[in-house]
Amino acid sequence: MSGFKLSGLTASYGGERVIGPLSLDVNEGERVALVGKSGAGKSTLIKLIHDRVDGHASLVPQDLGLVNALPVFHNVFMGQLDTHPAWYNTLTLIRPFRKDREAVTGLLRELGMADKFWAPTASLSGGQRQRVAVARAIYRNANLLLADEPISALDGPLAHLVMKALSQRFATSIIALHDVEMALAYATRIVGIQDGQIALDESSNRLSAADIMPLY
Amino acid sequence: MHLSPTLRISLLFLVIAIAALFFADIAITTANPWRDLGRFFLGVATPDFFSTEGLATALLRTVAFAFVGVALGGACGFLLSLIYRFYPVRIFCAFIRAIHELFWALIFLQFFGFHPLTGVLAIAIPYAGIFAKVYSEILEEADPGPARLLPPGTGLISTFLYTRIPDCWVQLRTYTAYRLECGLRSSAILGFVGLPTLGFYLETSFSQGLYSEAGAMLILFYVLIATIPLWVKPKLLPVYILGAPFFLGDGMPIIWGNVERFFTQDIIPAPLRDGEGLAELGSWFGDLMLTEALPGIWNTLLLTQIALVATGILTLLAFPLISNHFGGPIRRTSGHVFLVIARSTPEYILAYILLQLWGPSMLPAVVALALHNGGIIGHLIGRQTNTIQLRPDAPTGYRRYSWELVPRVYRSFLAFLFYRWEIIMRETAILGILGIYTLGFYVDSAIQQIRFDRAMVLILITALLNIGIDVLGRYIRRKLALQTMPTC
Repeated sequence: MSGFKLSGLTASYGGERVIGPLSLDVNEGERVALVGKSGAGKSTLIKLIHDRVDGHASLVPQDLGLVNALPVFHNVFMGQLDTHPAWYNTLTLIRPFRKDREAVTGLLRELGMADKFWAPTASLSGGQRQRVAVARAIYRNANLLLADEPISALDGPLAHLVMKALSQRFATSIIALHDVEMALAYATRIVGIQDGQIALDESSNRLSAADIMPLY
Repeated sequence: MHLSPTLRISLLFLVIAIAALFFADIAITTANPWRDLGRFFLGVATPDFFSTEGLATALLRTVAFAFVGVALGGACGFLLSLIYRFYPVRIFCAFIRAIHELFWALIFLQFFGFHPLTGVLAIAIPYAGIFAKVYSEILEEADPGPARLLPPGTGLISTFLYTRIPDCWVQLRTYTAYRLECGLRSSAILGFVGLPTLGFYLETSFSQGLYSEAGAMLILFYVLIATIPLWVKPKLLPVYILGAPFFLGDGMPIIWGNVERFFTQDIIPAPLRDGEGLAELGSWFGDLMLTEALPGIWNTLLLTQIALVATGILTLLAFPLISNHFGGPIRRTSGHVFLVIARSTPEYILAYILLQLWGPSMLPAVVALALHNGGIIGHLIGRQTNTIQLRPDAPTGYRRYSWELVPRVYRSFLAFLFYRWEIIMRETAILGILGIYTLGFYVDSAIQQIRFDRAMVLILITALLNIGIDVLGRYIRRKLALQTMPTC
């Protein structure tokens, strides 16, 4: 189940409605970019969808959710904790198995940070931390990707590297992006959010940057 | 006149302490207290490390009991911390930590006798209660975010190990190391009730007037505590923990008949044991309350309040000794030495020494409690002032102290003081064993008269009193919005 039909999505904050009520249907194979100015409700919508699919999705939240005291490897490995028994995970904390080490190293190499394998996450820069969270989401290997501004701390080539990796690994995805060019380049469908409502929903090849700008 | 809430509460406690002074028994009763004090300091200055072969054994046993007790308490405390959110667990932990190590030792002595288990459990049980509370507070602080991101179906153990423990690891380790230091002190004083640790040898030397021998023991104890970072290394810990049980000594074998008798007869209130009915039980209890519990509670409260305020005053006087904002390196070094000695010496040993020198009254207890606790808080506050940046043209001397520093640290000073309120009361009760008429005195006499039923009721009352003070202290800290990390 990688596509979904969700209706009656609403969220309130401090008694004030920030999202919805709205409905969103996403088909398998669709790569959706959520666009809109900050505060429009993109992050809230991502969280709502994550709740509605009961966590059955690879998630890159805006605050990344990394365990700062653990090295990069373990933060990535956490994406597959459910596939191993407790003793295996415990041993991995002390000394990772070769097969997991190789899988994670390959992933980190692809994201341009293989040398950071053992680095404590707390010692990384913002862009590096973001890529660790992306690596964890990829390693998680769910059918659906939910990502909230996964490239906000990355510049040019690295941003494309991450977006390419994500589009290769996930057929179905919903990614909140503030960069309109990136959204048009990597998404198949653009959903614009304004004041908690869907103000634009169009296939990306029928849109140009100028069509999206009024949302901002 | 407008007074800030913190100042108002300080004044209230000061007034209570002054009033308590009028009722308290404060006196120096020995004929020549200063000569004895002089002889004691002479003894410390001329330590005799080779007078008795027992010295090395005493230190070894002290370390062994501390390691086994703290390790066992830590393990149980950790397990309890995982279920600490359940109310009955909280109550249970509050109860076992409200009873002082020495009281636990006195209880176990009655049925396990001088078996190593007595000393180990006396440390492990109250420490488990403290560990459970502090560990659970530390674990609660962990960031809940990463756990929410884990794939559904991730096991409880994996979730806990990956998302909770790493974030808290440093704090858990620091606190456990700190408790190990406390454990060494607890272990040392267990000797005063007859276990083969430092206190036992110290008491023997003192009672024979062998001050050089006693001085040597104290100096070695300070060295032991001051060098903890050198000899307690993570890699060596398993060796210590696995090895320590073999160095506890043999003690005496447990007589299981005693254990059974203790629970089925000794601690049953006498009127019930003798089948005299409930009316008799009522008058038994009334008599116990009137002649022992109430005087004990009264004296415990008096001494606690005086000692608390004395601790506060000493802290405020002592923290400039190690503060970077005053004076030169010589004063700071000697300040550090003074505070290290003050806080490394268990209050029980301080009180014992002063009691030998000054004779029985509340004075030695007040001074001992103030020195030990003032040493701990003074050290923490002094270190805190070192993080304060003053403007370049800030006043110096007394005006710097009173206008720049004290106002900045006063809230955390109060937080630490109220945090230690309950600890001071627990200690106050126990000092009764030395002959001051607090609750411990009545517990000790009941045990000596082999009236364990009365002793148990009195210990229970002491525990309830401690829990009451703990709740009150926490209420005041919350009311004044005082935040602190656990210190002991």
